[in-house]
Amino acid sequence: MSHHQDEYQRLEGKIFTKAFWILLLTVMVGFFFVGVRYVKGIGAVSNMSDGYPWGIWITYDVATGTAIACGGYAVAILVYIRNRMQYHPLIRSAILTSMFGYGLAGFSVMVDLGRPWNAYNFFIPSKWQANSAMFEVALCVMAYSTVLIIEFIPAILTSIENSKWETMHRVRDWLHPKIAPDPDDMVDKLEAVRLGAAWLKPRLNKVLIFFIVLGITLPTMHQSSLGSLLLIASTKLHPLWHTGFLPLLFLLNCIFIGYAIAILESLISCYSFKRPYETEELSGLANLIPYVTVIWLSVVVGDLIWRGQVGAALKGDFYSGFFLTEFLLVAVGSLLLFVKKMRHSPRWLFVSAAMIVLGGALYRFNVYLIGFNPGKGWRYFPSFAEIMITVGIVALEILGYKVFVALFPVLPNTHGHGGKMRKKLEPEQKEHAPLPKAA
Amino acid sequence: MKKQSRRDFLKVVAVGAGVVAGTAATAGASEKLVVNNEEVGMLYDATKCVGCKACMSACKRVNRDYGSLSYEKASFDSDGLWDAPSDLDGSTRTLIKLFKESNQRWSYVKYSCMHCQKPSCVSVCPVSAMTKEKVTGIVDYNKNTCIGCRYCQVACPYNIPKFQWEKAIPQIVKCDLCKNTNLREKGISACAETCPAGAIKFGKRKDLLEEAHQRLLENPDRYIAHVYGEHEGGGTNHMYLAAMPFNKLGLPEIKPEAPAEFSEKIQHTIYKGFIAPVALYSTLCFIAVKNMKGHGKEGHDSHDKEES
Repeated sequence: MSHHQDEYQRLEGKIFTKAFWILLLTVMVGFFFVGVRYVKGIGAVSNMSDGYPWGIWITYDVATGTAIACGGYAVAILVYIRNRMQYHPLIRSAILTSMFGYGLAGFSVMVDLGRPWNAYNFFIPSKWQANSAMFEVALCVMAYSTVLIIEFIPAILTSIENSKWETMHRVRDWLHPKIAPDPDDMVDKLEAVRLGAAWLKPRLNKVLIFFIVLGITLPTMHQSSLGSLLLIASTKLHPLWHTGFLPLLFLLNCIFIGYAIAILESLISCYSFKRPYETEELSGLANLIPYVTVIWLSVVVGDLIWRGQVGAALKGDFYSGFFLTEFLLVAVGSLLLFVKKMRHSPRWLFVSAAMIVLGGALYRFNVYLIGFNPGKGWRYFPSFAEIMITVGIVALEILGYKVFVALFPVLPNTHGHGGKMRKKLEPEQKEHAPLPKAA
Repeated sequence: MKKQSRRDFLKVVAVGAGVVAGTAATAGASEKLVVNNEEVGMLYDATKCVGCKACMSACKRVNRDYGSLSYEKASFDSDGLWDAPSDLDGSTRTLIKLFKESNQRWSYVKYSCMHCQKPSCVSVCPVSAMTKEKVTGIVDYNKNTCIGCRYCQVACPYNIPKFQWEKAIPQIVKCDLCKNTNLREKGISACAETCPAGAIKFGKRKDLLEEAHQRLLENPDRYIAHVYGEHEGGGTNHMYLAAMPFNKLGLPEIKPEAPAEFSEKIQHTIYKGFIAPVALYSTLCFIAVKNMKGHGKEGHDSHDKEES
C-alpha cells in the first residue's frame, strides 16, 4: 500500500527532544508579548514611531522572511519550468518551509496591523485600490499561502493513507469507557477517512501542476511588488536604494535567496538530523546562483551609474557602509560558487550560500529600514519585546518544520537517493516503528 | 544536456526580468497630473502668526470626539495643567511650533495635513480608507475601513498621518479640514475661523494662490519669494508663506513631481489590464505541462508528480 512513495520519507526519531522544548519556550515568550500588544497597543511592545511606522515585523517577518521562504518558488522554477526532475526530491521540504514562512508572515502582519478586524475589506471589490502595491502584495500572499497548503496536501494524504492511528487508539483507551466511542465504529470511520484520502490523492495529483504553476506566478508578482512598496518613498529612502528598478531587484533577489536558502536548509537539516549530504543536487543548485546574482549585481551597478550615485556608494559613510556590505556579501558569495571544488564541498557551499542569503537579506533591510530616513529627529531600533515576537515567530517556524518532517513524508529518501528508488518497502516499515507518538 | 538547460534557465530568467525591466524603463512617458485650483485649502502666513495656539485648541475642541483626539500631558507637567503635544501625533491634528534661529530671528510655523493634489496616502492605501473628495479635494480618512497598516505614514513626504501607538484600538489621525464638523456647520475650518491674527486663510486654491502672490508682490522684503505648496509634490491645497527658508521650518524640500505618480506609473505598466500576469501564468503552464508529459513517457518509476 505504501509502495509508491519512496521519493520522500518521514524522519525517524523522537519529536519531543530538548530542542523542541527550548523552541516551544521561545514561542511562548513571543506569544506573551503578542498578548501584551493586543491588550495595551503596539506602542507598549515596540519602538516603532510615526517616523518609522514599519519596524522589524514588516522588514524581517514580511519583506525578508518571505524571500527566505522563496525556496519553494526557486526550486519549483527549476523542477517544473526548467525541467530538472532530479531536484524533485528537494521540493517538498522547500515547499514546507515556504508554507511556514508565508503563513507566519501573514500571522505577523496580523500582529502588526493596527486594525486587523477590518482586513475583510481586502475581499470587498468596492474597497479595492489597485494603485497600491500593498493591495497587490496582500492578495498575492494570501493566494500563495493557500496554494502552498494545496501543494503540501499530498504529503498529508499519504500519511493518512498509511497511518495506523496508534495515538487515536491510545486516546480512546485512555478515555473513560462511558464517553469513549465504540472501537469497531471508530475503526470503520477511520477506514472511511483513509479511503477518502486514497480517493482524493490521484485526483488532486492530476490538477496539482496547475497549482504548482500558480505557485510560481504568484511569487513573481508579489516579490516584485514588495520592491514596489518603497517606490513611493522617494523623499525618505536613500538614493542608493530608491530606483525605478526596485521591483526587478526584489524579484531577482528573492530567486537567488531562494536557491541559497534551499542549499542551506538541506545542509542544516542533513547535519542536524544526521543524514547524508545531498552534495550532487546542491552543487547543481549552487551552479545556478551566480547567473542570477550577476544579473542582479549588474542591474545594481548599472542603475547607480545611470543615476550618478556611484560616489554615494563609495563615500564611506553610514549608508555606503551598509550598501557595500550588502553588495560584497552577494558578490563574494557568488564568486566562491564559480569554483568547482568549492561547489562540491558542503563546508564551502554553506559559507557561500550563507553569505548570499545574508547579503540578499541585508539588501531588504537596507531598503525597508536602514536606508529609510523620514527626517530629522526620528530614530528606530527594535525593542526587546518587538525582537522577541519576531524570534518567537521564527522559533514557531522551526518547530513546525521539525514536527512536520516527523509526521509527514517530506525529506528526500536517503535510501532511494535523488529519486532513484531502490529499496521499496523497507523505509516505510521502519517509519512507523519508532514513531508511536506521531501516528 | 547540462549546458542546454542552463541556457534555458537563463532564458526564463531573462524573459521574466525583461518584462519587469522593460516596464520600468518605459514608465517614463505617461499622462501628466492636472492641478485643480477649484479645490479648497488654506494659506498659512507665518509672518502674521502670533503663536497664540488658538487654532490648536479650536481644532481639538471641535474634532475631539469625531477625530478621536485627546489632551496631552507633557513630561514636565506633573499637575496636568497644560495641553502640551510636542509634535503632531495620535491626539493632535494641528500644531504651532516656534523656530528660533536667534533671539532676533524666529518664526512660528503651523503643521497640519497638506491636502495634496495627488496624495501619496490615497495612492498607497490598500483598502481605500484614505480618499480624496472629488469636489473639495479634501484628503479624508475613514477609520471603519482602515486596517492600520501604516503605509500612508511611510508614503507621506510631510510625515502627516499619525498613528495611536498607545491604544489597543488605534486609528490614524490627520486633518480633514473639519469636513465632518466645523466645515459642515459653518463652511470654514475651525483653525481658520478662530485665528485672531488673520494668519490662516481658508478658501479655494486659486484664490489662495492669487492672494499669496499678491502678498509677495506687495511686501517682497517680508517674505521668502516662494509659495510653499504651489508646486511641491505636484502641488498642495494647504500652502505657506514665510520669512525663513521653509526647510528650516520643518517643511521638507520636495520635487514638483508627485511621488505617487512615479510609483503608480511603474505599478500600472506592470499590471496593465492584468495581461502580464495572465500571460506569465499561461506560458508557465504550457512549459510545465509539456515537461510533465515528457517525464510521464520516460518511465513512471522515479519522477511522477508531487506525490505518486
